[in-house]
Amino acid sequence: MIQYLLFWLFAGGMLGGAGLIVLGRNPMVGVLGMLLTFVHAAALFILLGAEFLGLLMIMVYVGAIAVMFLFVLMTIDLDFGTLREGFAPYLPLGLLLVLALAAELLVAVYASGLPKEVMIVNGDDVQNIVQLGRVLFTDYVVPFQTAGLILLTAMIGAIVLTHRPRSDVRRQDVGMQIFRAKVDAMVKVSPAVGAGVKPVHWTPKSVAKKAKKS
Amino acid sequence: MMLELVHVVSVSAVLLCMGLAGIVLNRRNIIAILMCLELVLLSVNLNLVGASYFWGEVEGQVLSFFILTVAAAELAIGLAIVTLFYRNKKTIEIDAAGMMRG
Repeated sequence: MIQYLLFWLFAGGMLGGAGLIVLGRNPMVGVLGMLLTFVHAAALFILLGAEFLGLLMIMVYVGAIAVMFLFVLMTIDLDFGTLREGFAPYLPLGLLLVLALAAELLVAVYASGLPKEVMIVNGDDVQNIVQLGRVLFTDYVVPFQTAGLILLTAMIGAIVLTHRPRSDVRRQDVGMQIFRAKVDAMVKVSPAVGAGVKPVHWTPKSVAKKAKKS
Repeated sequence: MMLELVHVVSVSAVLLCMGLAGIVLNRRNIIAILMCLELVLLSVNLNLVGASYFWGEVEGQVLSFFILTVAAAELAIGLAIVTLFYRNKKTIEIDAAGMMRG
């Protein structure tokens, strides 16, 4: 009973957040709706016995993906209001198709013989994360490693795509520093006694060479 | 009143359709389309977790885990492409993507 009520509470929150994403005029509202959606989805996951996935959901979606969306939205300086114009001709047909799909799915779901109650109650004494680890690290070890590779590829791809060399930044040239010779940096003078050293205006050879080139 | 798998799956179906409707409604805004794509993936995850709970098998959660991984990777690449697209075109309209080379 309490599970039933909580399920509809969290499902309502999740669908409300989804509505904010879909209908929100400002994408910033959409990101906040995404936070709402995923926090409620995590609660639903925990309610359905997937504690590890629920917490992972909060970490990945709320902690990383929503922040990434916010970061990109802040970087992009754009008037988002104009982006919503011009969809009117496609709107009725699109909505009709989506509503038809929804009706079909709901009819199919209710007509199918899905189990009414939990079929096997197992692992009441075993934690969800232990169960998951037992399967993940034995039967699914190759897909697990592949998932790691996919993440690595995504990381490299994102860096390669967005990286650009900047010319307006002063950088340390390690080669130049290492190959700096004594003759470039020092002038030996032997002053007469009591005469002192005259100030020497002198440019190092490497700097002079660079100046001549450019 | 008991929670049944039908409830979970129908909520997930509604979420899927909301994601698709969002893709139709925000046809020009790439960022909104990416967010709606996340909704669609979330509905699949919810389906898998619900089924895994009602059948008492943990495999559904493993699949959901992999979907989570792929969604994160897809979004990282997608947002990188959006940033690049904005840098080149000064807009994020889909209609502005008319050329193959940026």
